[in-house]
Amino acid sequence: MSDATGEEIDLASAEALLGTDTDRFRHDYLEIRGLRVAFGGFVAVRDVDLTVTQGDLHFLIGPNGAGKTTLIDAVTGLVSATGSARFGGTELLGRGTHRIAREGVGRTFQTASVFEELTVLQNLDIAAGARRGPMALLRRRRDTPEAVEQALEMTGLASHRHTAAGVLAHGQKQWLEIGMLLVQDAHLLLLDEPVAGMTHAEREETGELLRRIGSQRVVVVVEHDMEFLRSFADSVTVMHQGQVLAEGTVAEVQQDPAVVEVYLGDPAAEGKQ
Amino acid sequence: MIRTLTTGRTGPLILLAIAAILLFAVAPIALSPFRLSLLARFLCVAMVAVGIGLAWGRGGLLTLGQGLYFGLGAYVMAMHLKLADAGPGGVPDFMTLYGTGEVPWWWEPMRSPVVTLVLIVLVPATLAAALGWAIFTRRVRGAYFAILSQALAAAFAILLIGQQQTTGGTNGLNGFRAFFGYDLTDPVNQRMLFFIAAGVLLVMVVIARQLMVSRFGELLVAVRDAEDRVRFLGYDPAAVKTIVYVLAAVMAAVGGALFVPIVGIISPTDIGVVPSIGFLIGVAIGGRATLLGPVLGSIAVSWAETSVAEQFPSAWTYFQGALFLGVIAFLPGGLASIVRRRRAAPVTEPEPDPRPEGRTL
Repeated sequence: MSDATGEEIDLASAEALLGTDTDRFRHDYLEIRGLRVAFGGFVAVRDVDLTVTQGDLHFLIGPNGAGKTTLIDAVTGLVSATGSARFGGTELLGRGTHRIAREGVGRTFQTASVFEELTVLQNLDIAAGARRGPMALLRRRRDTPEAVEQALEMTGLASHRHTAAGVLAHGQKQWLEIGMLLVQDAHLLLLDEPVAGMTHAEREETGELLRRIGSQRVVVVVEHDMEFLRSFADSVTVMHQGQVLAEGTVAEVQQDPAVVEVYLGDPAAEGKQ
Repeated sequence: MIRTLTTGRTGPLILLAIAAILLFAVAPIALSPFRLSLLARFLCVAMVAVGIGLAWGRGGLLTLGQGLYFGLGAYVMAMHLKLADAGPGGVPDFMTLYGTGEVPWWWEPMRSPVVTLVLIVLVPATLAAALGWAIFTRRVRGAYFAILSQALAAAFAILLIGQQQTTGGTNGLNGFRAFFGYDLTDPVNQRMLFFIAAGVLLVMVVIARQLMVSRFGELLVAVRDAEDRVRFLGYDPAAVKTIVYVLAAVMAAVGGALFVPIVGIISPTDIGVVPSIGFLIGVAIGGRATLLGPVLGSIAVSWAETSVAEQFPSAWTYFQGALFLGVIAFLPGGLASIVRRRRAAPVTEPEPDPRPEGRTL
């Protein structure tokens, strides 16, 4: 557990890591227009328009099956979609997943997916290396890249660098994943439930980190935790049955009658609360 | 002990030195020419195992059809030996017996020793690259890949059997008299072949180790364990897999090429489905993800096969099956995992955090 060893998120290192921003991505934004994903006859996402800019920590919420994860899958090339999703002036739809990643798009998954048998350091080093040439790949790793070192500090995992990622605590895995996105040089970060399963203290730290990252990168967070949302979201998109139901600040969407209807009027949703 | 030797800095050099002394100094003295020749054959099979260890153990590719590449290397070499025996412009003996008495055009390049050596590497590498790229970009994996690779080995064996006039059919190619000008019946030359096989195997182990400790080796494990995650980091897993598949193919082909002069025959029964599975068993028993497990396991299984077959000619298949089942059931990591397990530090389980409530807006 992180409390036992006293590791926590180090925002100063996040500063250092994010400070190496390139001009290429300045003032970038994600622009989704008319996005539609259909599985056979079932339309999972229909006519979604969404714009997320840098400096705006954007949350995507909605009941189960609203199409939030499918939307991220479409943007990252995991499922095919029609319409348009542009980032940094580049059309993402229709490209292979690894090519989209090279355009600066990174994502995490609902369940932390790190390379369990590799060490923390190896995980970060692989994330940092997609642009390495064959010669660099065939050599043994002699020193730690600077960005990897900063990410180790940022995630509070510096003392765990030689620990297999599989034995990390749940929250630490999530942080490692965020660290991997940053060393990967992702400028659009799509995070699928990043604080799921975290303790209250860990959520607070993660929220602060995301806020810091969001000031310089484009960040979209899919989250169910409403307390977390209220604390950290700059803007919110509510999805329902594959469509955008409402958009705005947290206060605005909370007032929206359609949103209240979906969240409170549906007896099935009520049962979960 | 073993672990420190395989992961440390100087350890591998010590192991390499020990292996070299055993192979180059002890074996020629301790073993009769017949046994030495047997060991040379085992070393050729162990070369296939090194490649399988990389592709399967590290890369997660269950290569059930390495007989295809072993066979390609072997037949290219055998064709050269047949042509060399026949002399310049000559026709191999079996062609005049069963065929038209004319050498087909695709045999002609193998008249040159240099071209032969190049083709032994180039033919399997090209085929593996083309097949691998086609298979892996279509995301064929797991059991489907295993079945596909096995089908390729079966198809190749059937193709060879059907072409008796140009490949020798079920008889294969045999009766070689000389190896690059050296008389194969001379024990001195047989011993030299053993040394060549030993040297080549050691070089392959060194290559495998360098790959395992390199960044590519780490990436390979990452692809094995979470292919999609690797893709989201901007890598193309198909490229990583293709590279290791090609490497395993070349190692198998070189093993096949050396097998031919050492054993004196290559036929479809050496490269079909059954031998392809046989290549795998030693790797599984030794420990597929380790550096030395595949090599030692392969040599041990080959040795056991010969010993058991000498005593009880028909019992080996049952023995082999029982051994395989035993390892899969009780030691999924192979015999090497016994060494590992004794050294493994106790691992603290991460505490599962309860999923928080709070879904109200």
